[in-house]
Amino acid sequence: MKATAMDIYKLLPKTNCGKCGDASCMAFATKLSQKEAELSLCTQLTGLEFEKLSKVLAPAVREITIGVGEKAVKIGGDEVLYRYELTYYNPTAIAVDLSDDMDDCAFEEKLNAIETLEFERTGETLTLNAIALRNKSKDAEKFKKASEKLKNSKLPIILCSFDTKAIDESLEILGSKRPLIYAATEKNIDEMSKIALKHNCPLALFVPNNLEKMKELSRKLRNAGVKDIVLDPGTYIGESIGDTMDNFIMIRRLAVEVNDEDFRYPIMAVPAVCWMNPEENEVLTKMKEATTAAALINRYADVMIVHGIDIWELMPILTLRQSLYTDPRKPQSVESKLYEFGTVDENSPVIMSTNFALTYYTVAGDLKSGKVNCYLLVLDTNGKAVDVAVAGGQFNGKAAAKLIKESRIENIVKHRKLIIPGLAASLSGEIEDESGWEVIVGTRDSSEIPAFLAKIW
Amino acid sequence: MDTMSQILKLLEKNDYIEINEFRMDVEELELTLMPTLQKVVQKVAEKQLDAKKELENNLAFKYPVNEYPGKVNEVLLGGKNRNTVKLGGQNSLYRFEEPQPNAPVVTFDVFDIPMKGLPRPIKENFEEVMDSPGEWARKAVKEFGADMITLHLIGTDPKVKDKSLKDASKDLEEVLQAVKVPLVIGGSGNPQKDPLVLEMAAEVADGERCLLASANLDLDYQKIARAAVKHNHAVLSWAISDINMQKVLNKALIKEGLTPNDIVMDPTTCALGYGIEFSIDVMTRTRLAALKGEEILQMPMSSGTTNAWGSREAWMKKDEWGPTKYRGPIWEVVTGLTMMLCGVDIFMMLHPLSVKTLKEIGSTLTKEYKSKESQDISEWISKF
Repeated sequence: MKATAMDIYKLLPKTNCGKCGDASCMAFATKLSQKEAELSLCTQLTGLEFEKLSKVLAPAVREITIGVGEKAVKIGGDEVLYRYELTYYNPTAIAVDLSDDMDDCAFEEKLNAIETLEFERTGETLTLNAIALRNKSKDAEKFKKASEKLKNSKLPIILCSFDTKAIDESLEILGSKRPLIYAATEKNIDEMSKIALKHNCPLALFVPNNLEKMKELSRKLRNAGVKDIVLDPGTYIGESIGDTMDNFIMIRRLAVEVNDEDFRYPIMAVPAVCWMNPEENEVLTKMKEATTAAALINRYADVMIVHGIDIWELMPILTLRQSLYTDPRKPQSVESKLYEFGTVDENSPVIMSTNFALTYYTVAGDLKSGKVNCYLLVLDTNGKAVDVAVAGGQFNGKAAAKLIKESRIENIVKHRKLIIPGLAASLSGEIEDESGWEVIVGTRDSSEIPAFLAKIW
Repeated sequence: MDTMSQILKLLEKNDYIEINEFRMDVEELELTLMPTLQKVVQKVAEKQLDAKKELENNLAFKYPVNEYPGKVNEVLLGGKNRNTVKLGGQNSLYRFEEPQPNAPVVTFDVFDIPMKGLPRPIKENFEEVMDSPGEWARKAVKEFGADMITLHLIGTDPKVKDKSLKDASKDLEEVLQAVKVPLVIGGSGNPQKDPLVLEMAAEVADGERCLLASANLDLDYQKIARAAVKHNHAVLSWAISDINMQKVLNKALIKEGLTPNDIVMDPTTCALGYGIEFSIDVMTRTRLAALKGEEILQMPMSSGTTNAWGSREAWMKKDEWGPTKYRGPIWEVVTGLTMMLCGVDIFMMLHPLSVKTLKEIGSTLTKEYKSKESQDISEWISKF
């Protein structure tokens, strides 16, 4: 259960010394409870008190960092089972694999694709987070050579091999980059935990479809002193996808509801296993991989490895992740006001839209890419999309007229013509009556605006 | 309470107590402290036993299974001249607690007018049957394994074709004749005409137990509810991502004579990337409330998964995003799959491939944990 500000306050020194930057210990406790401050800011705690408070503050799922520097990625840190209760914390880190038997050229090409893949949604650039290097050759020497090729990579790395020699040698090269080691198994656990401790790297524990065994081995790792553990209960597909989801759900439930110390770690999914038994063609395999990834992002995967690098396969995965990890307490809206696009003058067209963030960024993107010169009046619809705001009454004649007045657009342009979204067509009369402007019904989708303006303006 | 009882009381909660300025008669000490000491010793021993038990419990793996006081109603569709389909019936959240009694159901969208505007990946599959709703429905069942058919009578909208009730009833008859699966019958979304259209549909399909789509608070839902009661149909209760609105509407429908087993809820599906998180929250909360015992929310849930095709990522031609042929079906299945994981029971969908994928995963929900032999993935690193 998450600690309240009061629980935390009781354990603070209560001196109100102000050295943490907050005026009172209570204010500091509130920040700590909302994860807005670090406990280390308090200088008055003894070692024992600090430890006790750290334990109270520890999230249900341990937060683990993979990589170093600017692109290091944090996983885990969650407190709840359902996002509406609080939000999920660190978005699922998505890694794409490279294998150590690829020729230099193919390796470079895919590495570059992983590092540069991006697309924009609602003002945010979505990217991949990590590279998974696979010891496909089962040859430690080859794995080491491939590791050399990642020496200058910016993204965090997951080293995948069950061979302790391969991992150890690769870490001689990449150890300072704090890669995630994948994986300790029942067979290599003693050796692998030593290596993880030696290089101070997080370690994944792979125990396929056996939570009982996973609990035992997780405990073993903890007792050996490994702190940063990632749990992989195996990603099964087809008729066993249900088992995969069950395992993921049970692990997270044991962490959040039961507080079982052996399961309070991030979970790893490997949708890339779809490629072990490919479908009848590549497209179908990629679809299966994307579907598997989507199911497991929905069900608590904190880090995952996929194989496909096509944008159409990764778009739904990245979009779902972005949606799931938004804060349910914050409205998805932009400021309601007058915006300018391109070079505008007194004859430029005036377009009206809503302040739902997705609507705004979609429209803005289309206006920019279409090199349109215009004014955009963004109406406050409480962050609702056009069709919803029309149905819900937030988009109406009076509100539109009020925005026209308050934005002083009438002092900026000479004409009195307002273009409204096609989905708001039913409001044209009402807006004309209230504002005195002539209303032109525009397109249903903003991608058609450039062509539409070229025709009518 | 005398001093000794107070001390005993304190000892119940603590392993030891410190007493300041203690003074006591020696005789009394022998007589009274002996049983107290015994109690303390016993208490400590019990505590140690508990701690040992706790340790053992921690070492053994235990399934985190919860118990739920509530249960989702089972709604039956079809009968008379058609196959039957059951929705809902769960009394747990996850299959490792108890497998779901009914697998998720997919109903294919069919329209009463040729939908030239549908995205290409869908048109490709249905182009040659779009002029006949009956043929369209037959193809969806025969070729793509539809469990059900949703007939959208959108041609009745005054702004579309303003089809008369008589024309609409012919379209419905045609579909009723063409397939044996249960039907969802949808209006056009016109709040004035829908109650009339659905009232007609209820009569034409008398006794076939269709799902009338849909009743909401912005139209004459009483008319729809009464027609459903009279001709033995179920009603889709549609609220826009608002649990309280859903409760009000469900209550209103029950007041008109429908039973809780005649109602399916549609809490609104926002597409992937277009507010899917709102749907996730509202569906999750609704299903949790049902299992916790809130009767007015114990109806199965439906998802208008086809909404996903409205997302520009699904249909817009844009080379740097790759072919819409792939994007469209993925957008639909990820939307549906996400809703399924929140507890949705019936899905309105359009693309054969997304339907196939969703049904495959959905069928596993009725299976028991680890009842299927899984493939060996222990060496996945080197196997592709």
